[in-house]
Amino acid sequence: MDMIPVLATLVSLVIVLAVLELIRRNRLKEKYSLLWLFSSFVLLWFSVSRKSLHLVAGYIGIYYPPSVIFLLGFLFLIIINIHFSTVISRLSDRNKTLAQEVALLKEMLEREKGR
Amino acid sequence: MKTLFIIPAYNEELNIGTVIEDIQGHVPAADILVINDGSADATGSVAKNLGVTVITLPYNLGIGAAMQTGYRYADMQGYDIAVQFDGDGQHRADQLKRLLEPLERGEADIVIGSRFLTKGLYEAEVVRRFAIRLLSGIISLLVKQKITDPTSGLRAVNRKVVQFFCDFYPDDYPEPESLVLLHKARFKIAEAPVIMEKRLLGNSSITLFRGVYYVVKVVLAVLVDMIKVIPRR
Repeated sequence: MDMIPVLATLVSLVIVLAVLELIRRNRLKEKYSLLWLFSSFVLLWFSVSRKSLHLVAGYIGIYYPPSVIFLLGFLFLIIINIHFSTVISRLSDRNKTLAQEVALLKEMLEREKGR
Repeated sequence: MKTLFIIPAYNEELNIGTVIEDIQGHVPAADILVINDGSADATGSVAKNLGVTVITLPYNLGIGAAMQTGYRYADMQGYDIAVQFDGDGQHRADQLKRLLEPLERGEADIVIGSRFLTKGLYEAEVVRRFAIRLLSGIISLLVKQKITDPTSGLRAVNRKVVQFFCDFYPDDYPEPESLVLLHKARFKIAEAPVIMEKRLLGNSSITLFRGVYYVVKVVLAVLVDMIKVIPRR
C-alpha cells in the first residue's frame, strides 16, 4: 500500500494536536493559532480523503495527487510567514513607541522632582 | 519664535560638550535637547552638566526613532521650530541663520543645510562624495526638485512638519527617506548653503563597496516609501 497518505495523515494529525496542546497550556494565543489550525485541518482532510485529493489534483491538472498536499503545505507556510511578519512589524512599532514614551515620561518626572 | 535644537547622540561623550557650547554661544535664545540613544558612555551626564535637557532612551533605538522622540518632545512642549543638529561636531551653529530665515518667513516647511551649494568648500572622501551625488540625483527625481545634499542631518523644520514627523518618521535612513515622505505629503522643501566640519573625533571612513551598498539600500528604502500611504495635507 502507498505510504504517502498514511504519513501525511500522521504528520497533519501531529500538527493539529501540537497546536491544540499549545493553546491548552496557554503557550500560544488563539489569535495566532487560527492559521495553523486551519492549515493543518485542511492538510489532514486531504491526507485522509483520497477522493477529494484526486478530485482537486485532476481539477488543477496535477498528475501526481500527493503533490497537492505539498503545494497546500507550501502555500500555507508562505501565508503564515507573511502573517507573522506583519505581527512582528506591529510589535516592534509598538515597542518603539513605548520606549519613546517611557523616555519622555522619565524626563518629565525628573524635571518635576528637580523643582 | 520658540526654537528647539534636537541633538541625537550615541556614545558622543568626546564631542557632545563642544557641540552644546557651540549652540549656546551662537543661538543663546534656543533650548537644547539631547536624545541620549542608549549610550554606554558619559554622553548623558556631560550634556546634563551643561544645563540642557536630556532624554535617555532605555536602549539603543537607532537614529530614526531617537530623532522622532525629539520631535514628540517638541510637539508636546509647543515649539515653533525644531532643528536637527548632529552630536558629532560636524555641524556649526554659526551657519544656522541661513537655515532659520526661510522658515521664519514662511517660505519653506523644512530647510536642509547643504554642503554642496557652497562650491568647493566641503572636502570629503571620493567615495562619500560619489555616494551622495548618486543619491542626490535619485532623490531629486523622486521629489521633483533639486536636492543637492539629501543625507545632510542639519535641518530645521516648522511646527507642521514636527507634527507630521510625530506620526511618520522613517527608522532606517531617516534623512533621505523623510524627504520623500515630506514630498508626498506636499510640504515645501528648501535647501540653504552651509559649511560643515569634518567629524571632530573618531573616524567614519567608507570603502567603495560600502558606499555603493549604502546607496542601494537607501534607494530600496526610498522606493518603498514611494508606495506608502501618506495622507496629503
